[in-house]
Amino acid sequence: MKVAVTSTGRTMDAQVDPRFGRAACFVVVDTDNMEFEAVENTNVDAGGAGISAAKVVIDTGARAVLTGNCGPNAERTLRAGNITLYTGVTGAVAEAVERFKAGKLTEATGPNVQSHSGMNS
Amino acid sequence: MILAVASGKGGTGKTTVATNLAKVCAAAGRPTQYIDCDVEEPNGHIFLKPQIDGREEVTVEVPQVDAAKCIGCGRCGQICQYSAIVCIGEKVLTFEQLCHSCGGCWLVCPAEAIEREPLRIGEIETGQAGPLGFVSGRLEIGHVRTPSLIRSVRRHIQSDGLAIVDVPPGTSCPVVAAIRGVDFVLLVTEPTPFGLNDLKLAVELVREMGLPFAVAINRDGIGNDQTQAYCKAEGIEIVASIPDDRRIAQAYSTGQMIVDALPEYTERFRDLATRLGAL
Repeated sequence: MKVAVTSTGRTMDAQVDPRFGRAACFVVVDTDNMEFEAVENTNVDAGGAGISAAKVVIDTGARAVLTGNCGPNAERTLRAGNITLYTGVTGAVAEAVERFKAGKLTEATGPNVQSHSGMNS
Repeated sequence: MILAVASGKGGTGKTTVATNLAKVCAAAGRPTQYIDCDVEEPNGHIFLKPQIDGREEVTVEVPQVDAAKCIGCGRCGQICQYSAIVCIGEKVLTFEQLCHSCGGCWLVCPAEAIEREPLRIGEIETGQAGPLGFVSGRLEIGHVRTPSLIRSVRRHIQSDGLAIVDVPPGTSCPVVAAIRGVDFVLLVTEPTPFGLNDLKLAVELVREMGLPFAVAINRDGIGNDQTQAYCKAEGIEIVASIPDDRRIAQAYSTGQMIVDALPEYTERFRDLATRLGAL
């Protein structure tokens, strides 16, 4: 199963980016063999960033998203794509994926921030 | 004639100048309307205390997708530049707050599955303050279609009279919507470093838009003389100075017009109106 982690860098040891819509990039990890690819977030400067970022993630084939904060528009789009969302995730990408595999993350029940929260951070 | 009262910086006295100017012009017998385009925080009514006799709801059109008719082709999502309509597999999501009502989605839909749904963005109040006509827009809380509402407010301008438009502060889209095509822009500033910085931005904007303009200095006597120096160097006319008079602030703080509370200023506003060709 593939999970997409918002990341400040393109590697497994990069820190989880706390922003979803305006994350620097997504590291998409296959939890079966821990192989990964980095996917550019092309929407950082545009309006509707959360929605566009959710589409990018959906297109990667990921089934879950690990991130810090996720706003209502992105959350609704991810939900339409049947992607499970985990918010409040911190640390390195590899650690986040390990915690996910160990069942230590709690599924988000909705957005945890307002729209535009990632614009100034 | 449409005269816009604008400023880069907020709180420089746009509404003070616009309301007093409108009042003296109407009192002088010129058919005049005061048009409050500062729709995110309209406050001209506080000073003019108009009798409101008309209320109009302003709506814009946003897409409403009929899932039964949708064939899941994805074309609406591809054409939308604002992520206001998004296709996830066979599902179509709409985000009406992001929609700019361009109409692209309902044009490209081959299944006629997209209806145009009205979305309320605000309202317009019309009335009279004595001989002065009054029009004011108010944006619905949480909505962002400010320029659309401002354009609706401006449709109430009567072409044969004088309209004094109270413009929102800043230099962004709402300001552009409020001043596009006006006959003259009066830029109100205060002679402080903040005021000057934002005045320069406003001057850049009106020059870019090719609009004739001049500057009025409010609270003259505070700050420094850099604003005068800038205007001189740029060849910009300063058509009025209102002194930093504590009595003006006192009148303002109780919702009074300067020309009512301090009649000695009436002549200044009449002079200003004459210089701008409004009287």
